[in-house]
Amino acid sequence: MKPYEHWLDDPRNVKRLWYAFLVVLALTVIAGLFVDLHPHFAIESWFGFYAAYGFITCLLMIVGAKALGLLIKRTDRYYQDDERHD
Amino acid sequence: MTDALILHPALILIGGALLLPLLRGAARDAAVLLLPALAMAALWLLPEGRLWQVTWLDYQLAPLAVDKLSRLFATIFALMAFAGGLFALRQPSRLEVPAAYLYAGSAIGVALAGDLITVFLFWEFMAVGSTLVLWSAGTATAWASSRRYVAVHLAGGVILFAGIAGHLLTTGDATFTGMQTDSLAHWLILIGFLINAGAPPFSAWLPDAYPEASWSGTVFLSAFTTKTAVYVLLRGFPGAEILIWIGVIMIFYGIVYALLENDMRRILAYSIVNQVGFMVVGIGIGTEMALNGAAAHAFTHIIYKALLLMSAGAVLAATGRRKCSELGGLFHSMPLTTACGIIGALAISSFPLTSGFVSKSMVTQAAVDGHLFTVWLFLAAASAGVFLHAGIKFPWFVFFQKDSGLRPADPPVSMRLGMILFAFLCIALGVWPEPLYAMLPYAVDYVPYTAGHVITQLQLLLFSGLAFFVMLNYLKRTPTISLDTDWLWRVAGPVFARRFRDVLQATRGSLTGTLSSGLNAISNLITRHRHPSGLLLRSWPTGVMALWVMVMLLAHLLSDFFG
Repeated sequence: MKPYEHWLDDPRNVKRLWYAFLVVLALTVIAGLFVDLHPHFAIESWFGFYAAYGFITCLLMIVGAKALGLLIKRTDRYYQDDERHD
Repeated sequence: MTDALILHPALILIGGALLLPLLRGAARDAAVLLLPALAMAALWLLPEGRLWQVTWLDYQLAPLAVDKLSRLFATIFALMAFAGGLFALRQPSRLEVPAAYLYAGSAIGVALAGDLITVFLFWEFMAVGSTLVLWSAGTATAWASSRRYVAVHLAGGVILFAGIAGHLLTTGDATFTGMQTDSLAHWLILIGFLINAGAPPFSAWLPDAYPEASWSGTVFLSAFTTKTAVYVLLRGFPGAEILIWIGVIMIFYGIVYALLENDMRRILAYSIVNQVGFMVVGIGIGTEMALNGAAAHAFTHIIYKALLLMSAGAVLAATGRRKCSELGGLFHSMPLTTACGIIGALAISSFPLTSGFVSKSMVTQAAVDGHLFTVWLFLAAASAGVFLHAGIKFPWFVFFQKDSGLRPADPPVSMRLGMILFAFLCIALGVWPEPLYAMLPYAVDYVPYTAGHVITQLQLLLFSGLAFFVMLNYLKRTPTISLDTDWLWRVAGPVFARRFRDVLQATRGSLTGTLSSGLNAISNLITRHRHPSGLLLRSWPTGVMALWVMVMLLAHLLSDFFG
């Protein structure tokens, strides 16, 4: 068994971290049932609203950024190529 | 002057900046650390009020005026100068730290200015100091971007000056107080302020210029210009509703561009615009809670953004690389830099127990208190988006992801100390926010740590993290840049100028072609008649003259005879 340079290099440990992360995710949502979240807007009192909202808006931002990227992405030599003309 | 013994903190730093180039070795290092400390001490010895008053051209100027808001900003500027100076102690450029102290001193000068004319003077000194910081990087790209940078800031200065002149003309009062967006002059002042805040459409100056400075220069640049703009907006335009929407645009502009970006320091530059957006929204909401939140967020932001850029600067100094696509796996050999980068990333994301949590949530709370449902939805989405674009993206791509094989060591001790100081403050302010709350302009009636707030914030952030790793394939870095509004003056402007010149030359060419034959004919005609031997100018023999006189006399005689 080849020793890894760092414990994070071991794929089994990365997998363990993933499981721990998913457990924490579940715990934060479940904790919402037992704690008064002081909802102000009606939408806030939906079960797991913040979790769903955080996840979905992030997906939308990534997709939106990728879509905009199709229009505005250029190679990182873009301005250097241009400045040579001057 | 009310008291000759009162020292102006800005002048300590600016005067010191002029002396620094004369010093060498240990004396210089001591001066670099002592100057901001002296400025800080002088600042906290000042009582509140308009301390220096002079009359100039019938205007009452107050070059030194202190209240809670100005002391808060001057404090964080002095603290930033100290930590930046510590981080930059081993910077080989002899220009950079003096330039940065001129820049920091001028920012303190703006914060302590009681009138618009003093604000303008220090505003322009800031543009000079920051441009010099950029120059001291000494690279061709830094030189090119510094020319664009200074052009934008001088143009912004002209707009601000026009606004101030109009304000003086109509009110006759130079005092810097709250204004309404009710006249052209006030709009010009607002635009001048917003250009420095990094608001669209001129936002591109920021990600264009800041990442081109040296590994320590960007740390200084990130702190002063945008946050003095936040300060003058806080004092000049609290509650101006348009700022809410400008701030929302800045927030999402920063997120989207940072998500597309490959250069680690440009990611952080875009996230400055994003974070300043939160402050601008707070200023636009304009309640005491919102203004407190904007001011507190400026304070904590300077610390964690400088910390993030210090960790990026340590990576740049050690590897010479800036692009995420060429970095990765650095946690193996730079554990301290990695830890400090992560602390900064958690703070910018407003994780509980970090400084961002106790400041940004006040702005969100103000939106809730004002029943601004749409604004609140945007702010909540943006809070998740900050974790996405800066909180995870920066540390993940720089320190983890694939192993680039690079094994640079952690930076020298002065750089490590700068990072440790600010990492400590990020956590200390998050755990113990009371000292910061006590410095805010209004009394604070807000408790950040309720079980509900912590749980909802964790849900928002951790599920944002889940989205990052689920979508990781779509976020893979490519060696690309994204066009920003600086395209207008880097490509469209020059192309337009070249086209215009070509059209002008072509028009002149065709005009010359068609007209030249006609002009030649006229000029030949003139030449023929006016030539020394031409009809009108040639000399005639005397005999011809006598002949014609005789002919005329004869004609006269004949007409007499027959008439």
